[in-house]
Amino acid sequence: MVGLFKKAWRIVRRLSGDDAYEQYLIHYALKHSDHDEHPLLSKAEFFKQWQDEKWKGVKRCC
Amino acid sequence: MNKLSKIIPWLLIALLGAFALSAIALNRGENISALWLITAALCVYALAYRFYSAWIAATVLVVDESRATPAERLDNGRDFVPTHKWIVFGHHFAAIAGPGPLVGPTLAAQFGYLPGTLWIILGAVIGGCVQDMVILFLSTRRNARSLGQMARDELGPLGGTAALIGTFTIMIILIAVLGLVVVNAMKHSPWATFTVAATIPIAMIVGVYMRHIRPGQVLEASLIGVVLLLLSVAGGRYIDENETLRLIFNHEGLTLAWWIMAYGLAAAILPVWLLLAPRDYLSTYMKAGTITLLAIAIITLQPSIKMPAITAFIDGTGPIFGGKLFPFVFITIACGAISGFHSLIASGTTPKLLKNEGDIRMIGYGGMLLESFVAIMAMIAATVLEPGVFFAINSGAGIVGADAATAVAKISSWGYPVTVESMQLLAKQMGEETLFARTGGAPSLAVGMASIFGNAFGESLLAIWYHFAIMFEAIFILTTLDAGTRVGRFMLQDMLGNIWPKMGETSWTPSVILSSALVVSGWGYFLYIGVIDPNGGVNILWPLFGIANQMLAAIALCVATGILIKSGKQKYAWITGLPLTWLIIITSTAAYQKIASTDIRIGFFAAANDLSAKLSAGSLSPEKAKIAPQLIFNLQFDAWLTVFFISLLWLIVFDMLRVAIRSINGKLVLPLSESPHSPSRLVEDWVRD
Repeated sequence: MVGLFKKAWRIVRRLSGDDAYEQYLIHYALKHSDHDEHPLLSKAEFFKQWQDEKWKGVKRCC
Repeated sequence: MNKLSKIIPWLLIALLGAFALSAIALNRGENISALWLITAALCVYALAYRFYSAWIAATVLVVDESRATPAERLDNGRDFVPTHKWIVFGHHFAAIAGPGPLVGPTLAAQFGYLPGTLWIILGAVIGGCVQDMVILFLSTRRNARSLGQMARDELGPLGGTAALIGTFTIMIILIAVLGLVVVNAMKHSPWATFTVAATIPIAMIVGVYMRHIRPGQVLEASLIGVVLLLLSVAGGRYIDENETLRLIFNHEGLTLAWWIMAYGLAAAILPVWLLLAPRDYLSTYMKAGTITLLAIAIITLQPSIKMPAITAFIDGTGPIFGGKLFPFVFITIACGAISGFHSLIASGTTPKLLKNEGDIRMIGYGGMLLESFVAIMAMIAATVLEPGVFFAINSGAGIVGADAATAVAKISSWGYPVTVESMQLLAKQMGEETLFARTGGAPSLAVGMASIFGNAFGESLLAIWYHFAIMFEAIFILTTLDAGTRVGRFMLQDMLGNIWPKMGETSWTPSVILSSALVVSGWGYFLYIGVIDPNGGVNILWPLFGIANQMLAAIALCVATGILIKSGKQKYAWITGLPLTWLIIITSTAAYQKIASTDIRIGFFAAANDLSAKLSAGSLSPEKAKIAPQLIFNLQFDAWLTVFFISLLWLIVFDMLRVAIRSINGKLVLPLSESPHSPSRLVEDWVRD
């Protein structure tokens, strides 16, 4: 039951983008070796970019 | 034995589905439980998903799970991100499910519950789901390119340009009609107006919180927003009961329309984080929560459908919109069965998240099945009302008369009895002054939902439920409105940039303001005309929107059919060719009737001529004579717009046929733009683990 609740919570966080920064940190640690060219973004900086990126193009429908 | 145990459950589902379908189709005269509609829909969905979509994925598209998707190959941690399929499903569904599947079925209920329900179910499994799934697949194989780009790459510049123009015009009409739905829900309703107005500062609070106060704390901010929204629904009652405060929020339709336009302009210019993004969060939570709640309430309560299976209005005399069952039920249902707009989400947006091609079936086909199910629930919410009440709410004053006594007499004379007293009582219960002529679908849906919720969770809260439902509809209508205006602005800047490059700079302030103002005046024009139209405006705008939306679906299906044929899959091209043929038939018929019909309730030119004849004969009342020239111009304009839509459609159809025939005859066509196969590392990792 607790496991199920945790799983649901993870899904809600992922769907809403609440854990986007954590996902970015994982991505950064795994994929980026060029730390000088791409310095690690702070949470506020990352969120700004993430949010602006998310709202380009057709995102909502009828 | 093992094989048999796999077959038997599906045989039972097929039998149950067939039984439920015949129960809803053959029922005459008696009230039928809404559960039958739900059962029929779910059984058909299950069978179609299990067999048809699996066959399309395996045999037609030949989905390859070992192939790396654009999200994997171009992973940048931001927009291209390989994501778990349930998360992608959530994003995709949140993006495709808008107010369309709620409004369309509500209006189409004037034909009775049966025609709309059948089309919502069958149209989705044969048309809408296939379109969404195939376009998602094609875009995934083409580095997540948009529909317009795919049309250009695969058919040629004509197809690309047509897709672009189609998208832009449908956006304008869509926003106008949605704006009209909100205006009609708020007209002379201080409670609803306050609640809807409150969503704007609430969204801003949420926006500032998640951008500046606690950056990135999305759920924390959203929780604050949802609590404030619910408080604003309850607080509206206080506004409504306070003599001074209620005056601030009590407005004519036209005043509200101007405010909506001002809001649209502000939303297109303001940064997204302040208004658009936070409002979208709130509307998504509201949508998910309310739809779940509605499903639970319908399934536990099993309300009975009061609307007959088929009404007399299939002959084209319906009060909500003119036109016969064929083709107008298909045009009206629109998004609940097949929506061209989805192909814009399924190309470009969703493929950027797709982790594996194997997920395409569940996200593309399954996502649309869920949307179709939402449309079924909207149909139920509309048809659980007494038909007399349903028609009293949805018929414009121009059709049934402006005063209550005339309206009820007229509606009762159709065989759907309703009284002034019962309408007054209902309005009082819902906390409204009147429910007569509240066209647009939102108020009647809200009354339907409120009565379902009221039965399930307590009658005493009817007025709260009603305004909750209005807020729920308004909040995501406004989300579509501001997101649409913004997208329209970018598209226009892009187009203008071809003429004057400086205009193409999306952050150059004069360009931002000019292009936003142009987009707003585009839909503002239709909204304005809709509001001053004594017949409610929805009767004109919704069919126009339906034609435009189905036309966009036809464009998407043309691209899909063309690509299938070019890939040497002619013998399977019918999976998109069949719905395409049907859409061409219904949009062409509807367009022809809207242009050429001599019935003034259907034909635009006929209505314009009738009105100008009355105007010159002096038989119009002074108020009507004042607005008549504008209405006449608009009707003629709408007729030409329809001519434009249908010409555009046929242009693309011929362009697709040209490409298809050349390809079949082995002549030179544009090469397939599919990106080369590269093996998926994600699958390898998974196998190795």
